[in-house]
Amino acid sequence: MAAKTYDAGVKEYRDMYWTPDYVPLDTDLLACFKCTGQPGVPREEVAAAVAAESSTGTWSTVWSELLTDLEYYKGRAYRIEDVPGDKESFYAFVAYPLDLFEEGSVVNVLTSLVGNVFGFKALRHLRLEDVRFPIAYIKTCGGPPAGIQVERDRFNKYGRPLLGCTIKPKLGLSAKNYGRAVYECLRGGLDLTKDDENVNSQPFMRWRDRFEFVGEAIQKAQQETGERKGHYLNVTAPDPEQMYERAEFAKEVGCPIIMHDFLTGGFTANTGLAKWCRKNGMMLHIHRAMHAVIDRHPKHGIHFRVLAKCLRLSGGDHLHTGTVVGKLEGDRASTLGFVDQLRESFVPEDRSRGVFFDQDWGSMPGVFAVASGGIHVWHMPALVSIFGDDSVLQFGGGTQGHPWGNAAGAAANRVALEACVKARNSGREIEKEARDILTEAARTSPELAIAMETWKEIKFEFDTVDKLDL
Amino acid sequence: MSKTSIVGDYQTARTLETFGFLPKLTQDEVYDQIAYLIAQGWTPAIEHEHPSRSADYYWTMWKLPMFGEQSLETVVAELDACHRAYPDHHVRLIGYDAYTQSQGVCFVVYEGRA
Repeated sequence: MAAKTYDAGVKEYRDMYWTPDYVPLDTDLLACFKCTGQPGVPREEVAAAVAAESSTGTWSTVWSELLTDLEYYKGRAYRIEDVPGDKESFYAFVAYPLDLFEEGSVVNVLTSLVGNVFGFKALRHLRLEDVRFPIAYIKTCGGPPAGIQVERDRFNKYGRPLLGCTIKPKLGLSAKNYGRAVYECLRGGLDLTKDDENVNSQPFMRWRDRFEFVGEAIQKAQQETGERKGHYLNVTAPDPEQMYERAEFAKEVGCPIIMHDFLTGGFTANTGLAKWCRKNGMMLHIHRAMHAVIDRHPKHGIHFRVLAKCLRLSGGDHLHTGTVVGKLEGDRASTLGFVDQLRESFVPEDRSRGVFFDQDWGSMPGVFAVASGGIHVWHMPALVSIFGDDSVLQFGGGTQGHPWGNAAGAAANRVALEACVKARNSGREIEKEARDILTEAARTSPELAIAMETWKEIKFEFDTVDKLDL
Repeated sequence: MSKTSIVGDYQTARTLETFGFLPKLTQDEVYDQIAYLIAQGWTPAIEHEHPSRSADYYWTMWKLPMFGEQSLETVVAELDACHRAYPDHHVRLIGYDAYTQSQGVCFVVYEGRA
């Protein structure tokens, strides 16, 4: 082998990192970036720069490169595609060798893929659209502490979506009054209630007090209804030590599930908490505060499907996905695309859903998709149809805003849910026949009749900002 | 006065999970659910338990799951036979999904006397 010689200076990235003949290996980690370059910079150079800056490259050649085999370690831009209907942007596909990443660390993967490269001057915008994790890498990650199947068995709930709600008002309740709101929801027929994401341990309600009262609320509701119940106690904390302390106490008060915000808390904390949950037989609900900062702009940032994949690897049993029909942004096809990534064992490439790669999840357990935010009984048929059984449907205002209070609101939602599931199983088209199905169910449920009357006019119809490029 | 201005008293109900909040299913409605279960490729199975122990995970199996069963009538006949043998027990129908290793359907068909 002829020895390479050191040639100092700045080289064009494409000489080394644009490899259109490369055939990706099964063990490569693949990424699709939507690139918008500065005017005049050729596409191949932009794609190669992204591959270089997210792997082994730096702006100037250095002598120590010759001490290793960069051909083995470098990322390669191997394909460029037009973005339909967009002349200034294009897709760049990059293959990274498996050995660039520490095993079991989505932290390490993200630090490489969405690190310095996003501030690179030759780019105006850059968006990580999708990542294909090789099965070899997936097998190094812990994943969901319980997963859909184990959670169903523990909660003893089959053949329907789970029903939940976030306790309101978001902030300001005392611990005892808060526990009251939880108890009322659970006795009325909800399976699960949830701390709001910004309920941590504020002066008006310290975490320990909240956990104690909620613990009693769960136990009492279980005894009285004969059904299994839970409340996601939010253990998101200023530091990992306090996070674990709260998790331990949640287990002590008999709560089967805890909650974490994976983006504001961070992936390191999340992966650690998922490990703790697995060790302690606890389930983990994941909220996604801050996601829209990262994923909403169509040309910059990280698409939520990538964040969802990272969460499944890091560990969580539930993940918020948006509702499609409620008050928060979310395109239907795109949402279904990442809902598949949470729940299925294999997801084929499907551009109509924004899925750029085949993704084999192997034996990684599935994550419940959580639909939460601005939904009420009139949305129930659409939600059951869109999200299917392996989901948690959460009606916050739609439960606690009921004129008779939380318990009646919970019962209204439970009746509506079960009526939709029963109708679907009987072969009815529940979205088309929504009004008939709910009206029939309301005949034997005054709680549902009143809920339908209360929310009959509320709709959230705005156009989606981030659309699929089709 | 509108009907939403009268506040009702919601009394806690003792319920039996899926379909626990609906009126008792009619014979035809039970048929529909069995047809759905079989069409999904799931295995019908029947379990029963005294109401005082209904919160337990495990109820007593009525015979073995009906592997490969395609006849609605056979499933209904077994449900009835179980109910006749244990009139004071809850009787539930399960659809075992071998692919997800879970239950695709699980609901109480006959409620026993508490």
